[in-house]
Amino acid sequence: MNGTTYPHAPGFVAGDRPRIVTSRFEYADSHTLDRYLATDGYKGLQAALAKSAVDVHNDVKSATVLGRGGAGFPAGVKWGLTPQAVWPRYLVVNGDESEPGTYKDRLLMELDPHQLIEGCLIACYAAGLSQCFLYIRGEMAFAQERVATALNEAYAAGYIGKNVLGTDFSVDIVLHWGAGAYVVGEETALIESLEGNRGMPRQKPPYFPAAIGLYGKPTIVNNVETLANLPWLMVNGVEAYTAIGTPTSPGTRMVAVSGHVKRPGVYEIVNGTTTFRELLYDEEFCGGIRDDNMLKAFVPGGGSAPWFVPDQLDLPFENKLVSAAGSMLGSGAVIVMDDTTDIPAAALTLTRFYAHESCGKCVPCREGGTWLERIMRRIVDGHGTPRDLDQLIEVGETICPGDFPHAASERLGLDAVPFPYKMTTICFVGPSAYAPVHSALTLFRDEFEAKIVQRNLIPVSIPVSIPVSIPASVGATDDHH
Amino acid sequence: MTTTENGAQTPAETAAAPPDPNAVSLTINGRRVTARKGDLVIAAAQRVGEYIPRFCYHERMASVGMCRMCLVDIDTGRGPALQISCMATVAPDMVVNTQSPAALKAQEGIVELLLANHPLDCPVCDKGGECPLQDQSFSHGPGESRYIEEKRHFEKPIAISDLVLLDRERCILCDRCTRFADEVAGDALIHFISRGNDTQVMTFPDEPFSSYFSGNTVQICPVGALTATSYRFKARPWDLDQSESTCTTCSVGCRTVVQSSHDQLLRYQGVDSDPVNWSWLCDRGRFNFEAVNSDERLGAPLVRVDDELQPTSWNAALARAAELISEAKAAAGPGSIAVLGGARGTNEDAYAWARLAKDVIGTPHVYPQMGDGALINLLGFDRATIDEAANAPTIILIAPDLKEELPVLYLRLRDAAQKRRSRIIEFAQKRSGLSGQAWRTIEYEAGNITHAINAAANDPAIATQIAKGNVVVVAGRANLAEHPREVTNGVVAALQLAPGAKVLPALRRGNIVGAIEMGLTPEEGGMQALEIAKAAAAGNIECLVLLGCDPLADFPDTDLARRMMAGAPRIIAIDTFLTKSSSPADVVLAAAAYGEKSGTTTNIEGRVQTVCEKVTPRGTSRPDWMIAVELAELLGGDLGVTSVDDLTNAIAANIDGFGGATVAALRAARDGIVCKSSLPAATARVVEIDVRNSYDYRLVVSRKLYDNAVGTAKSPSLAHLAVGSHLHLHPLDVERVGSADGADVKVTSKRASMVFKVVADETVVRGSAWVPFNQPGPSIGELIDSSDVVTDVRVESF
Repeated sequence: MNGTTYPHAPGFVAGDRPRIVTSRFEYADSHTLDRYLATDGYKGLQAALAKSAVDVHNDVKSATVLGRGGAGFPAGVKWGLTPQAVWPRYLVVNGDESEPGTYKDRLLMELDPHQLIEGCLIACYAAGLSQCFLYIRGEMAFAQERVATALNEAYAAGYIGKNVLGTDFSVDIVLHWGAGAYVVGEETALIESLEGNRGMPRQKPPYFPAAIGLYGKPTIVNNVETLANLPWLMVNGVEAYTAIGTPTSPGTRMVAVSGHVKRPGVYEIVNGTTTFRELLYDEEFCGGIRDDNMLKAFVPGGGSAPWFVPDQLDLPFENKLVSAAGSMLGSGAVIVMDDTTDIPAAALTLTRFYAHESCGKCVPCREGGTWLERIMRRIVDGHGTPRDLDQLIEVGETICPGDFPHAASERLGLDAVPFPYKMTTICFVGPSAYAPVHSALTLFRDEFEAKIVQRNLIPVSIPVSIPVSIPASVGATDDHH
Repeated sequence: MTTTENGAQTPAETAAAPPDPNAVSLTINGRRVTARKGDLVIAAAQRVGEYIPRFCYHERMASVGMCRMCLVDIDTGRGPALQISCMATVAPDMVVNTQSPAALKAQEGIVELLLANHPLDCPVCDKGGECPLQDQSFSHGPGESRYIEEKRHFEKPIAISDLVLLDRERCILCDRCTRFADEVAGDALIHFISRGNDTQVMTFPDEPFSSYFSGNTVQICPVGALTATSYRFKARPWDLDQSESTCTTCSVGCRTVVQSSHDQLLRYQGVDSDPVNWSWLCDRGRFNFEAVNSDERLGAPLVRVDDELQPTSWNAALARAAELISEAKAAAGPGSIAVLGGARGTNEDAYAWARLAKDVIGTPHVYPQMGDGALINLLGFDRATIDEAANAPTIILIAPDLKEELPVLYLRLRDAAQKRRSRIIEFAQKRSGLSGQAWRTIEYEAGNITHAINAAANDPAIATQIAKGNVVVVAGRANLAEHPREVTNGVVAALQLAPGAKVLPALRRGNIVGAIEMGLTPEEGGMQALEIAKAAAAGNIECLVLLGCDPLADFPDTDLARRMMAGAPRIIAIDTFLTKSSSPADVVLAAAAYGEKSGTTTNIEGRVQTVCEKVTPRGTSRPDWMIAVELAELLGGDLGVTSVDDLTNAIAANIDGFGGATVAALRAARDGIVCKSSLPAATARVVEIDVRNSYDYRLVVSRKLYDNAVGTAKSPSLAHLAVGSHLHLHPLDVERVGSADGADVKVTSKRASMVFKVVADETVVRGSAWVPFNQPGPSIGELIDSSDVVTDVRVESF
C-alpha cells in the first residue's frame, strides 16, 4: 500500500507496519489532553504507579528500550547507573534535535506532547528522579508552544506536581528553551546550557552525567523518542513490545528521510528488521529515488554518520550490523543522494555546518573543522591542488587518529572499516566535520580529482572574518603593530 | 613511629614506613612510580620528571580539557588509548606513555592547529622568549605549517581594562584567563563570545575587566594575547635579570620574582608559594614597582636651610639629625623623643631602629602604626596560619574588607568557601568582597561588635557550626572611625563564642607584624600613636621621628595629626618620597625602597621570608637599618652590626620566637619560617556607647585597594584607579536624607562640616555612612575624633 499522509502532520507518512509512538498522529487534535485521554492516554502512568518503581525499571530493562538519540544505549541500563544515595537526581529530556536530516522528535513534540510528558513521568518514577527538565531546541517555537500547553493541561489535571494521581510520587517538569546551538544536543553541553553557561561539552571521563550532571547531581539524559516509547510499553507490556523487531533491537523507531527520494518524510519502521532498501524503495515508504534515478550514496544516521553506498542497501536498521558495516544509525535520519549529486559539494555542505556549529572549546574541532571547510571550499570552487586531498586526510587524522570508519565498496574493491572512530576532541562535533569529508573522499575520490584537474585558475578572495566591534568604554590603544 | 609494647623501638620497625593508603603505583614511560590518589596524570608525570606539554592546564585551577595538548597514551587494562592527562586521574597499574607514536602525532597535530591562526609575530611580541606556545612548538611541534589559508584577523590590541590589553589574534582560547576571572578572582568579567573558529575572549559591553587581580591573567596567558600596559615593549625576557622576593605591599607576604633590566625594576611575577599566595598577586602589588622607578623619588638627604629643604651630603644630614635628637634630649630628656612608623621596611630595618630608639636614644615612645591599625597585642592570641584559616570548617571574620586590604588572603578564603571547605561567619559594618561567599553575614553598627557576637551565640545554627571545631578568627580594623580597642573586644567575644579558636590578624601595612615583633613598640610607660600625637600637639614632644610614615595622610584624625606636626619643634623623616608629612621636616633622610634592599619580612602568620635587593638604591639613598646604625654611632652608641645578615642573625639571637630564622635557615627554607609571637594576648575593655541619635549616621571609614598611598599614587598605571572620596549611603538612606545618587550633601560631625558627593550603595548597612579613606577629594579624617569610640555624622541634602 501507499503510505498515508495527513494535512495536520506535515512530514509524517504512515506505513502499514506496527506503530508505537505515532499512533495518534492521524487525529487532527492529537496534541490535546482530551484526545490523549480518549486514546489510552496516561494509562501507562497509572499502570506504572500501580507497580513498584523497581518493577517498572525492570520492565524497561527487559524490554531493551534503546536510546534513540544517537548512541543507542539501553535506557533501562542508563537509569541504573545513577548513585542511589545522592539526592536530588534529575531527568533531562534532550529535545534539542538538530542533527542534519533529523526531524522526528519535533513531530513527537508537536503532535503528541502528552505522550512525551507521560514518558517523562514514568521514567522519573522508575529511576527515582525528583525533577525533570525538558530542553527543547530554540528554533522549534511550535513544539515549545505545544509542549507548554500540554504541560499546563497535565499540571491542571494532576498528572504532574505533588502527589501524582493521589500517590506519594511527586515530580515537577520544567520547560527550557534552547538558544540555538547544535552542540547542545550533546548531553553535557545541554547540561551546561541548562545551568546557564555557554553550551560547551564537558570532558568525560572523568565525570559522566549519570554520576555528576546537572548542578553536580546525578542526571539521566534521555531522548524524546526514547521516553515516548514508555507509555505504550507500560500499557501493552514487555512481551508485546519485544514481539516487534528483533531481540537486540526491539520495538519500532522513527526515521526521517530527506534528499532525493520520491516521498521524503518521517516514518515509523520496525526496528532491526526493516532494511534501507525497503525504506527507500517500498511504495509504503519513500517509493523510490526521485525521477527514478540511480542511488549514489546515502547517510544512514544523520549528517555526522559516515556514508553508505548502494552496496549497503540490504542492511537492516540494527545498530551492531550498521556499525560493523562502517557507520551508525545515530539519530534516525537518512539523507539520500542520487546520481546527479555533486559529491564534493554535498560533503562541503555538511562539513561547513559542523565547522560553523563548533562551540570553540577544543582545538581539533575549532581549528581543524574550519581548516577542512576551507580546503573543501577551495576544491569545490575550483582552486584545489593535488596536495589538498592528502591534506584533508592529515587534518582529519588530528581530529580522529587511526583508521576512520567507512563502508565497503565493491566498485572500488574496498572493505569496510567498522564504527566507531577514535577522537582527540571532547565531543562528536569535530569528528562529524570530518566524517562527510572522509566518506566522500574514500568512496568518490575520482570526483575530487576531476575538480582539481579542471582547476579554475582565476583566484578568488577567501572570506575573512570581520573584526567585531569593541565596547565603547574600552577603546583601542594607539600602538598597533 | 611504631614502638614495641615496652616502648623500645626496634630497628626493623623504624625502618619500614607504614604503607601509605593513598599511594597509587603506576607506570609512566616504562618507569614504576608512585603517585597520590586523586593526582592528575599530568601532575604525577611532572613530579617524576616527565613533562607533558600543556596550554590550558594550570595546577591552581580546575582542568577543562580545551587545548588537547596533553594527549598521551593511557592504558588502564583495555589497551592504550589517547586521553588528555589533565583530566585523567591516576589509577593503580595504569600504564602511561607520553612518547608513543600516537601521542607524539597527536601533540604535533595540536600544535599545528594552534599555529594555524596564530599570527607568529614573535619578534614584536612581549611573550617571545618566555612563551609556552613558542617553547612547546619547538619541543613538541611538527616544525612546519601546512596551513596556507588566510589567518583569522582581529583589531589588535584592545584594552580590556586600565591595566591589561588583549590581542585576540594571538589568543589560543585556552580558557586560562577567563577561568581565573571566574573561578579564582570571582570577577567573571571576561568570557568567550561567538562560536567555533570565531570564538574570542571579550568583556561584556561597556563593562571593562576591572578586577583587582587582572595582572594574573597576563602572567598565566600561555601566549602574548594578554599584556600589561606597564610592561609592554619594555624588555625582552632574555634581557631580564630576576631574583625571588616577597611582596611588602600588604602583610600577606606573597612570594614574587622581581625582574629588572638595566638596573631598573620592570616587572613582578607571582611565585607559587603553597602556604601563602598560590602564585597569585593583586594588581596593586604587581604594578606598584613603578613607584620605585618614579622620578619624584628622593635621591639624596635633605636638610632645612632658611626654611627650605636643600639636598646635602649624608654626613651633613646625619649630623644634623643627631644634633636635633641631642637638642631634644638636652631640652626635656629622652622621653621627649618619639619614633612613629617603621612598618614599611624590613625586619632588619625595624630591629635596628628599635635598638636605636630604645638603647641609644633611650625613649620608650615608639609606635609602628598611625592609629589606623589594631592594638599590638592582637598578635598575642594563638595565631593561625593562612592555610589553617583556609582549611578551617568555620572562619569568623571581624575584619576590614579583605578584598580591599589583603587581596590575596581574600582569594585564599574565597577558595575555602567556594570549595566548601569552610563556612564564613562575617561580622560586617559594611558588606565586603567576601559577603557573597559568606555563610552568614551579620551586619552590626560600629561600637557594637561585642553585642553582635554575643547575640550570634544564641543562634543555634551558628552554635552547631562552631561546635565542629577548628575555628579561625580573622580580625582587623574594619573601621578607622571606630576605636581600635573594638577589634580586641571583638576577638575576645569571638573567643568566648568559639573557645580555643585561633586568630589570624588582618593587619594591613607591609611589615607591620615584623615591626611589632622587632620591638618598634612602646616600652614600659611608653605611649602609643594617639597618645604621642596628643603629647606632641600639647608641646610635650621635642623631636618627632617619622620612620617611613605619613601621619597627615594615614592618621584617621586629620586635625590631631596636623596639630601633632605643628606642635613638634623638631621633625626627622626617613622617607622615599617628599610626602605631606615629610615636607615640613627639618631633616629628610632618603631611604632605599622595596627592590633596593635585602632583608626579611614577617607576614600576618608570623612567616619570615626574604626580600631581595634587585636594583641599586636611587641616588645615595640607603636602607633604614643603615641610617639607624650610623645615627647610633653619631649619638655615641653602637648597634654592633655591619650588614643585613648580621641583623638577621641578631634578630634570631635576641627576639623570642624568631630563633629559627637565621640567615642559613632562611636560605634553606622554601616557604619561609613561621615564627611564634611572644606577646601576651590582649584583653577586652568594652565601653558602653550612647545609642545613635536616629537622625545621625554612624561613620564607617575603611580603605580601598587603590588610594593616595605613595605606592599607588606614584605608579602611573595605578594612580588614576583611586575611586575618590564620596559618602556612600544605603539607597533607602539616600532617599531618607532627601538626596539623590551623585548629589552633594553636607556632612557634619562634632569636629567639622564638609561637603561630599553621595553615592547610593547597597553594601552599606542602613544607618551607617561609609567613606573610603585617603582618597583624592575631601579628607574624611577632618570629621574624625580618634579619642571617641565611634563617630556619628549628620547628613543633610542641599
